[in-house]
This record gives sequence, structure tokens and C-alpha cells, in this order.
Amino acid sequence: MPRQLEGSVAVAETVAACRPDVICAYPISPQTHIVEGLSRIVKTGGLGSCEFLNVESEFGAMSACIGASATGARTYTATASQGLLFMAEALYNASGLGLPIVMTVANRAIGAPINIWNDHSDAMSQRDSGWIQLYAETNQEAADLHVQAFRLAEELSLPVMVCMDGFILTHAYERLEVPTAEQVAAYLPPFEPRQVLDPDEPMMIGAMVGPEAFTEVKYLMHAKQQMALAAIPQLADEFERDFGRRSGGLLRRYRCQDAHTVVLALGSVLGTIEDVIDDMRDEGVAIGAVGLKCFRPYPLDAVRTALAQAERVVVLEKAFAVGAGGIVGQNVRLALSGLRPRVHDVIAGLGGRPITKASLRRLFEQAVDDRLGRGMTFLDLDHDVVARELQRLEAR
Amino acid sequence: MYSVRIHGRGGQGVVTSAELLSLAAFLEGRHAQAIPSFGSERTGAPVVSFCRIDDREIRLREPIAAPDALIVQDPTLLHQADVFAGLVPGGRVLLNSSRTAEALGVAGLDAQILTVPASELARTHLGRPLPGPAMLAAFAALTGVVSLESVLAAIRDRFKGAAGAGNAAAAQAAHAFALREGVHA
Repeated sequence: MPRQLEGSVAVAETVAACRPDVICAYPISPQTHIVEGLSRIVKTGGLGSCEFLNVESEFGAMSACIGASATGARTYTATASQGLLFMAEALYNASGLGLPIVMTVANRAIGAPINIWNDHSDAMSQRDSGWIQLYAETNQEAADLHVQAFRLAEELSLPVMVCMDGFILTHAYERLEVPTAEQVAAYLPPFEPRQVLDPDEPMMIGAMVGPEAFTEVKYLMHAKQQMALAAIPQLADEFERDFGRRSGGLLRRYRCQDAHTVVLALGSVLGTIEDVIDDMRDEGVAIGAVGLKCFRPYPLDAVRTALAQAERVVVLEKAFAVGAGGIVGQNVRLALSGLRPRVHDVIAGLGGRPITKASLRRLFEQAVDDRLGRGMTFLDLDHDVVARELQRLEAR
Repeated sequence: MYSVRIHGRGGQGVVTSAELLSLAAFLEGRHAQAIPSFGSERTGAPVVSFCRIDDREIRLREPIAAPDALIVQDPTLLHQADVFAGLVPGGRVLLNSSRTAEALGVAGLDAQILTVPASELARTHLGRPLPGPAMLAAFAALTGVVSLESVLAAIRDRFKGAAGAGNAAAAQAAHAFALREGVHA
């Protein structure tokens, strides 16, 4: 039954429907409402013997998640921004140990300068941590992806990050259906861990591996993550069959038929992009969009197939590699290596700057007219301000 | 699509008002999206929230720059912030005040303006000067975008017990006030 509720509340209720055994988190905006919601559900007995652990930091949160997951508990946490960075060391351990932890990242910028608003710098900074990364376009999808994430994590024995735009999604009230406990129970079987730390049957995980085998372990990590490329579309199909709606998958094409220009993006900005594309399609412009739902593992073949026929691809991303360029853009170039489409990196929405229909419309028109440069473009950049500052720097 | 921007101060329930309006529209079977203006606002600081209402799924996620209607929960903002920025010509403006639009110096706007003493009504019926729910009921009268019944249902969904009854009573009084002022949705 559809309800009108906040994205964070929907995620909290959905995670509860997935019956975690341990929830461990440290509050940070804009993720806080999710774990607050879960703490209330646990406190009022809604999750039976589930333990909600308050810890002293995000590093502690991920460390406790690792311990809990290693004992065979279905484990969940959530964080954002500097909190995710503070987890970084433990993130690599969770993935290296193959622990199926599910974590919500309520995407937010990284300081300095301090900024609490949305962009994708946090998740992108951990793209190579060995975690699977899924990106939600709407709150419905954010909720649904958590159900799929637990299934995916436990089937592959790998941790999964569900990324949802901080504030833009977490704090938005909209119509959606929260997966019920009965529906989830039919889709997500009880967790059967591959290995369990148990004092009665001692074993060791995470032993030291020397140069003679470290490469092989890492090779296998890569191969295992790549297995998600087959599992993710299957789980999305199965989810659609059971729940009656499409969520997740590797990517989604929107009006790409015969499109000369294709815009590729991740997350909630796709809604605004699709509105602009509808307007331009009505005027006869051959433009479409690709929403990337999974960034790790990187669905290279799916991206290549989706974009191969375009003349140009605009990669709109909410983060970039300082000193290098677009992050998603470079991955798209990799997929299109040797093929025709030109790839333009457009950096937008940093630190919460709204990405408006008007700005996107101007940008897409520039792209269609081949007036967009080959280098990185910053959407709505105040050129006067940066020119003045650059002049000042050069004068030193 | 109908777009509403709500202005007020931190602590006045500005975000809650957008959520309640979205819930009222949802209860009528429509799609609605309520979003706060994100930030680290403090009690008393100017706060903005947004609500979009449509008959189909709302994909747009930008802040509302050109609202069809404005709800201003704190009249002291009229001279501090550019609350009227982007209002569509002939749009609706609802002000929380016991004074007239003329007295507030805004009668010259290209808009249909209604002032409602929502804080006073809330103080009378709820015991606290929280204007949000009363403003939404007056908004229902001013615009007809949602019904009073839906607004009351949303209020009762959010506020339980005495708070629900008090807010609902303030809302009914505000709706009646708006109708007495000769407002026709």
C-alpha cells in the first residue's frame, strides 16, 4: 500500500523488514534519521533480539560491524561524508574478509571547506574499497535496493553500500511502498554465513598473507566482485517479479532510442534530467539518458552497449578527482575505448548546489550543438569569482 | 504541477507544514513531494520548505524558484528576506498576521493575498502559537488545491491526542476565517 513518508523513514522501516541481527551506527547528517528510526524500532521491540550498538565513532561502528558479521549476524550500518572517510581503514577489512555488511551512505560532500550538503564525493572516495556500490534514483528505489543489497551481499559474501542522495532523498517526503516483512521474508532467506567465528570451534580469519599469495587473494576479490554483474540484474528481475516494480539493476536507459546525445548520471538528479529530456524530445531533439545504478563492480560491458550508438555522451557527476578530472567520466571512456562517442565530463551539484532544469537545459543544448569543451565543465561555475582568484594567485 | 513555497523561522514547523501539505494531497490520491531547504538552520533563523503537487509522479528535485503560492508563517520576514522572489504573476500569498495586506505594505503585489491570524488562533485552540496547521487550512480555503478534510486528516495523522485536537480546532477556525474574508478557491 502506498504511503507518504520521508525517505529516511522508508529506509529505516525497510531495513527493519530485512531483520538485521546487529545495527551499529554513529549519527551524522544526513543519515541520522535512518538510524534514529531503527533505534526506535529496536527499542520498542520491533526487531526481537536485534542489538542496536551505540559506538564512539564511525571507525568503531564499522569495526563492530565487522566483528558482528564475522560471528554470523546480519549486520547493518549507515553513514555519510567524513563519517565514511573515518571508516575507510575498516571498509577495506570488511570487503577483504568477505563480510556481507549492508551500509547506507546518505551522500554528502567532504570538507574542507566544511559543508553538510549533498554530493557524491564521499562514496566516490571509497569506490575502490572492495564494496559493491548501488545508487538510488528515488526513495522507492532506495528502499528496494536495501532488500536487494542484503540478498546480494549474502549470496556473494561481500559488503554492499546503498548510496542515496543526502537531504535530496533522505529528507524528501514522497509516495512510496515500504516492502513488508512478509514480502521481504519470501525474497530474502535467512542469513547462512559462509564462515562463523565461534569460541567453541575456534578458527582464524584475516590471517597474514605474504607476497607469495597476496596477488592471488586480490585477483579472487576482483573476480568475486565481478560476479555481482550477473547477480545484480537477476536479483532486480526477481525483485520485480515478487514486488511488482522495477528497482535496481546495472543501469537504466531512458528514451535512448536513436539518441545522438546521451546523458549519463547517478542518483536522484536523473529525475530532473528526464524532465528536461522529455521537453527536448518534444521539440525533436534526439537525446536520452542512462542512469547508472551500479558503479562497483563497474558494468563496463553494459555501459559500452548502452552508449555505443551515441555521437556524444555527457557524464554528469557530483564528484571529481582533484587534479585529474571526472571519475565516472573516466570509467565511461574506458567502456567506450575505440568507439565513436565523444565523452564530456560535467561536474555538477557540488556541496549541495541545486542542479536545475534551466541549467541542465542550457548544458544539453550546448552539448547537442557541439559547443561543450573536451575538458571538464563545471555546471553553473561563477567564472568571475574563479578568474579573480586565479589572477590573485598568479600575481604572487 | 502546483508549487508551494513556505517561509518561516526555525521552530515554527515550516518543514512540518510542507510535509503535512504533501500528506493532504497524497490522501486525495495525488502525487506530492515535500522537501526542506537543507542546512543547519537554528531556532529563529529564516527557514524555507517546498511542496509540489501533481497528478503524476514528480521527478523534478530542484528547489522551487517560481512558486504558484507562498505561505509566510512569520510576517517579520517580509522585510528581511525576499520571500516574494519568483512568485508567478497573480499567484496566491497567505500571510500569518492579524494585520491587513495594506498595513503590512504588500497590497501592491501582483497576487491574491490573504492574511490570517494563525498564531493567535493556534494560541487560542492549541495553547501555543504554532501557526502551521492553521495556515494550511487557510491555504485550502485560499487555493482549493487540497480540501479542509484532507488537511485535517493530515494534522490528525501527525499530531496525536490533545495536540491533534488543538491543531485541528485551530485549522477549522482558520478555514472559517478565510471563508469569512470572502476567499473563493
